[in-house]
Amino acid sequence: MKVEICPEAFNPWQAIQDYQAALPSAAAKFGATSIFIGTMRDYNDGVGVQSMTLDYYPGMTEKQLGKILGDAGRQWEIIDAYVVHRVGEIRPDEAIVLVAVWSAHRGDAFDACRFIMETLKSTAPFWKKEVSDTGQTRWVEKNTDGYKNVQP
Amino acid sequence: MSIKVRYFASLGEHLGRSENDLEFAQGMSVKDIWVLSTSGAPIPDNVLTAVNMEYADLEAQVQDGDEVAFFPPVTGG
Repeated sequence: MKVEICPEAFNPWQAIQDYQAALPSAAAKFGATSIFIGTMRDYNDGVGVQSMTLDYYPGMTEKQLGKILGDAGRQWEIIDAYVVHRVGEIRPDEAIVLVAVWSAHRGDAFDACRFIMETLKSTAPFWKKEVSDTGQTRWVEKNTDGYKNVQP
Repeated sequence: MSIKVRYFASLGEHLGRSENDLEFAQGMSVKDIWVLSTSGAPIPDNVLTAVNMEYADLEAQVQDGDEVAFFPPVTGG
């Protein structure tokens, strides 16, 4: 299992491929790979957004992400899990977060991937500050609960 | 003998600093650290707190050399 904090733009598809290629012991063992990719939109809360800065708590963020993966590994039968999260200045259309889970069966892969992502959203120390189309900055105040319906 | 206190994101911006050192006294809780560091400013309702990079509650006891952090709700992902 691996956690990466990434200060530069990254290609999530390439990251998955590279990580999986380096898992020879898992070859022919996993039957399911579940992937979540979070990408930056150019709007939020009805306002156009031109960029944002993602701040984090070096040390604690990695520790908390590692704990989340460990918790997932205790709750579901997973072969491996991989998380990449961007920090620094991000622009629309760039990937913010990648969660990938490899498992023998889809149930564990789906459920563990969802758990990792939702727990990351509510407990991993990251904070977004947006710059609107008009140049105004604002901190994003809170994340929505992904298990509840959100307004379109 | 001291502890390091850190503040992140909007909370740090609001206080005008990202960290400070504090003289350690036996028996201090995370809440006491906040009160001493901010000269008694009210604790924000939604504040999150950590000791040595692990979540801890406001009543948790602090030891010499600890790092205590205060931050707003997280918004990653």
